[in-house]
Amino acid sequence: MATPMLSVRDLSVRFDTPHGSVRAVDGVSFELHEGETLGLVGESGSGKSVTNLALLGLVPSPPGVVEAREVRFGERDLATLPPAELRRIRGNEIAMIFQDPMTSLNPLLTVGRQLTEVLEEHRGLSRSEARTLCARGLGDVGIPEPEARLDAWPHELSGGMRQRVMIAMALLCRPRVLIADEPTTALDVTIQAQILELLADLQERHGTAIVLITHDLGVVAGMADRVHVMYAGRLVEAARTDDLFGRPLHPYTEGLLASVPSFDGDPTQALASIPGQPPDLVDLPPGCAFAPRCPLASDACRARTPLLEEVTDPRSSRRRRSACLDALALAERHAGEASR
Amino acid sequence: MSSPPLLRVRDLAVHFPVGRRGLLGRPARHLKAVDGVSFDLERGESLGLVGESGCGKSTTARAIVGLQRASAGSVQLDGVELTGLDRRAWLPHRRRVQMIFQDPYASLDPRQTVGSILAEPLSIHGLAKPRRRKLEAMALLEAVGLNPRHVARYPHEFSGGQRQRIGIARALALEPELLICDEPVSALDVSIQAQIINLLDELRRRFGLAYLFIAHDLAVVRHLCERVAVMYLGRVVEDAERERLFASPRHPYTRALLSAVPVADPARERERRRTLLRGDVPSPLDPPGGCPFHPRCPEREAVEGDACAVSVPSLGRVGGGDDAACAHQSACHLDPTLE
Repeated sequence: MATPMLSVRDLSVRFDTPHGSVRAVDGVSFELHEGETLGLVGESGSGKSVTNLALLGLVPSPPGVVEAREVRFGERDLATLPPAELRRIRGNEIAMIFQDPMTSLNPLLTVGRQLTEVLEEHRGLSRSEARTLCARGLGDVGIPEPEARLDAWPHELSGGMRQRVMIAMALLCRPRVLIADEPTTALDVTIQAQILELLADLQERHGTAIVLITHDLGVVAGMADRVHVMYAGRLVEAARTDDLFGRPLHPYTEGLLASVPSFDGDPTQALASIPGQPPDLVDLPPGCAFAPRCPLASDACRARTPLLEEVTDPRSSRRRRSACLDALALAERHAGEASR
Repeated sequence: MSSPPLLRVRDLAVHFPVGRRGLLGRPARHLKAVDGVSFDLERGESLGLVGESGCGKSTTARAIVGLQRASAGSVQLDGVELTGLDRRAWLPHRRRVQMIFQDPYASLDPRQTVGSILAEPLSIHGLAKPRRRKLEAMALLEAVGLNPRHVARYPHEFSGGQRQRIGIARALALEPELLICDEPVSALDVSIQAQIINLLDELRRRFGLAYLFIAHDLAVVRHLCERVAVMYLGRVVEDAERERLFASPRHPYTRALLSAVPVADPARERERRRTLLRGDVPSPLDPPGGCPFHPRCPEREAVEGDACAVSVPSLGRVGGGDDAACAHQSACHLDPTLE
């Protein structure tokens, strides 16, 4: 297998608060390959956004404390890079787009000024050269009359248009990695469909690798090649998209998938739901954090925290990764269901 | 003659004046948030009102409960006209129509205990003696799946999902017949959302409630509502029973909306053909002439002549059972040409 372009090993983020230490991210490892889309799913507080902020050195410290064995990006280790060097990579080789395009654009600067700044800063272009490239960038993301839009203010644009501007800005320096944190959550479905299509199209043209952070399992199903599931700061399952949706090997993933109302389920049947609440990160239960809500939990689960380990899926003989002690039993159950 | 429906909305309009010149000047123009909405809601029925931001679904709900003054049209509860009633005249009807809001953080007073939040509607309406109100509050907590012993706690001591349960308990306190739910689960995480959907479903059956359920998530609406009305730019463009709307949507906007929803099934996502709509929803300040959807409509070419750009199509029957209540209605110039 080719060397991953981004490789994270044992990333942890802790916030020291007056109420105690919050372990927002705990021992997360993953790899990202060229041209792929990695979906990162989980509910609020699962640590999916903080993981990516930590990669780029964007976790405020104090109160945040970031630790990692390694964050390898090509030849460099981002975890040990001085802030000035990291700044050169951020927005240039690794770019980010956020959920809310209104709060991530500066309302006091025109769209053009915010875009040209990126190229002046990272590429040392003159203002007029930068304007030409920026207008082309806006055109690439499907914004009509791009030259005229350079002089627009953020408030003059609709939500969908603002998100296009954010994407154009993120892609100006042709980044190798795009981290998209809930890029369509604030948008209506018809606009969401346009933006997702645009991201997929840009990826195909430029080979950008995308980390797609979202709580929407439908968006992940359509966009991601592989999916990682987070719960209470830890990765609990990692799989190819088809495997994850077809044969989840963690009870949390299984519960999450069953909780989503579908277009072909029987609407008169109650939805399967996960009982209880996500745990308080200040006061995590011992052992597996999901155990208090898990139908399969045993004493062993409560005794020690299960690590993300390889299991062989008996159906596809593919190696899968799950942080559940019962993963093999789940895999065998899926295999049994399939053969019936 | 059959009795009137529980809720009858006819030609409801809510227009906001914009750009008033001077203190007494006439407004320069009007934002037509709701522009001629009509529907009936029977006792015990659940009707979903769907559409994208700015389509007027929340304003419609607020106008029905009197939180927003209607500019025109009629809202009748059990045959009694509600538009134009002042606060005092509204009070006896308020009991029968209650509302649940989207944000469980913003809709509960942080300085009141849950017990007093739940007792407040009872005291306003002079129901239950003060001594009994705490017991009532505890029974309500139990009904929505919360621990009745937590009656003396404050809202911040509960999670988002639990707070939404408190909001539901407060709405149930007056034993209403109609519950208007404005995006009640969209702020919640998926696993918690499923719990609240199941609770709403169970309560409706248990108490024989009617729901007007406003949401942008079509799968949630499909789960909870027997009938669905789709809104676009202040108008209802399609209204049908659940099975018909999801299996054979007629209006081009409904079709595009359904095709845009991502589903949690990778195989289906790969096969699907999306009807991508061009551009954004037009501003309700400056709506297009003719059919409000025509500038984005992918099927406009199928209509002969210029009808789409010239005249507003009215909501007309396109099929359904014999009963008027289960008629499938659509507002599109395409439909007469099909029949």
